[in-house]
Amino acid sequence: MYSPAADPMCPRVVRVRRRRRDGPDVWTLELEGHRDEPIAFEAGQFNMLTAFGIGEVPVSFSGDPAHPRRIVHTIRAVGPVSSALTRLGPGASLAIRGPLGTGWPMSEASGRDVVLVAGGLGLAPLRPAIYRLLSERARYGRITLLYGTRSPKEILFRRELDAWRKRGDLAVEVTVDHTVEPWQGHVGVVTGLIAHARFDPSRTLALVCGPEIMMRFAADALAACGLAHGAIYLSMERNMKCGIGLCGHCQFGGLLVCRDGPVLRYDRLAATLRVREL
Amino acid sequence: MEGIEQIITEHPFFAGIDPAYTHLISNCAKNTRFDPGQYLLQQGARAEQFYLLRHGRVVLELSGPGRGTVTFQTLGPGELVGVSWLIPPYRWTYDAKALELVRAVSIDATCLRTKSEADHDLGYELMKRFMPVLVQRLHAARLQLLDVYGARG
Repeated sequence: MYSPAADPMCPRVVRVRRRRRDGPDVWTLELEGHRDEPIAFEAGQFNMLTAFGIGEVPVSFSGDPAHPRRIVHTIRAVGPVSSALTRLGPGASLAIRGPLGTGWPMSEASGRDVVLVAGGLGLAPLRPAIYRLLSERARYGRITLLYGTRSPKEILFRRELDAWRKRGDLAVEVTVDHTVEPWQGHVGVVTGLIAHARFDPSRTLALVCGPEIMMRFAADALAACGLAHGAIYLSMERNMKCGIGLCGHCQFGGLLVCRDGPVLRYDRLAATLRVREL
Repeated sequence: MEGIEQIITEHPFFAGIDPAYTHLISNCAKNTRFDPGQYLLQQGARAEQFYLLRHGRVVLELSGPGRGTVTFQTLGPGELVGVSWLIPPYRWTYDAKALELVRAVSIDATCLRTKSEADHDLGYELMKRFMPVLVQRLHAARLQLLDVYGARG
């Protein structure tokens, strides 16, 4: 029998439960399904989100995988669809398709040090991984979050960053590219923090998410610290349409980012990332 | 070995350096401290020293009319402040301000330049240590210039 929930091409209508501003043009939407149905997902996966009458865009989950009834997405208003989504208030409807794509390699991280490198909005797709790591803290070695953004006013999830810092079992370093405001924190690019982070490169897994140029520099800096390319994972972004590897819009060399990614191991990406205009 | 020579030997910037060079460098060095808000160096002034940071953080800033003061880098213990002493006309191109109490080793630029002219092996050793710092800061400046976290990022 046909089941719409099992069909990745069939959208489900959901409602906005809460909406919170997390930056000058960044909003976090908490969504609820009809009859409060759970949507189980892996940290790192994404949904296709539809703003009715405007279009559909891929957005990573930014909530806690342990709470599948709370579907959370953090969205930056950059184009017509994302801008429309960020304007949806409590009670408004939208449609989702997913969860889609690959997640962060959480089981592979077990027993190892974990370095998370986030740039700008890239902290949002990494947040589910942080929730997972902290919920089973004893399973992992040293955990370090290095987060860089443009300026102090654009720092995402400030309260959570403070709470994570206070735990004492997660090293959190935040840096901004530049500032004209009073700011006691670090200033400089996020890749500059990597050399100062404490981890054992022979038993470390790195999870990296942010603008592609930043991820390339971050992967180079991690490799310079001794990490093998196979121990570095990036979350890639491309022009996804179908979300299930049929249409080819998100082709990246021999990969389809929506199906083979968005989370991909750096040894599969390194050469292709250096090809211009790909 | 004791005092300033020991401090220079243990500073990450001079890790593994030949003890003979440490001795030469220490003859140009002294301990110094800066209170929060005090400037280590100021744009346009003569670059007469550089600093090995031992404690506390320093911000690098640029100011322009109508644009306020932009902080573009923070440096901390184990790092180095000041590279313009290496390159004529030996003038600072930015301000460096103590964000908190800073303890550092100040190394006299004229003294070290003179020693490097007399002993090119020392000069080459210094260049090998300063060049990676310059290249790293150039890479960082390129990334900042790209503004990768902007709306298109």
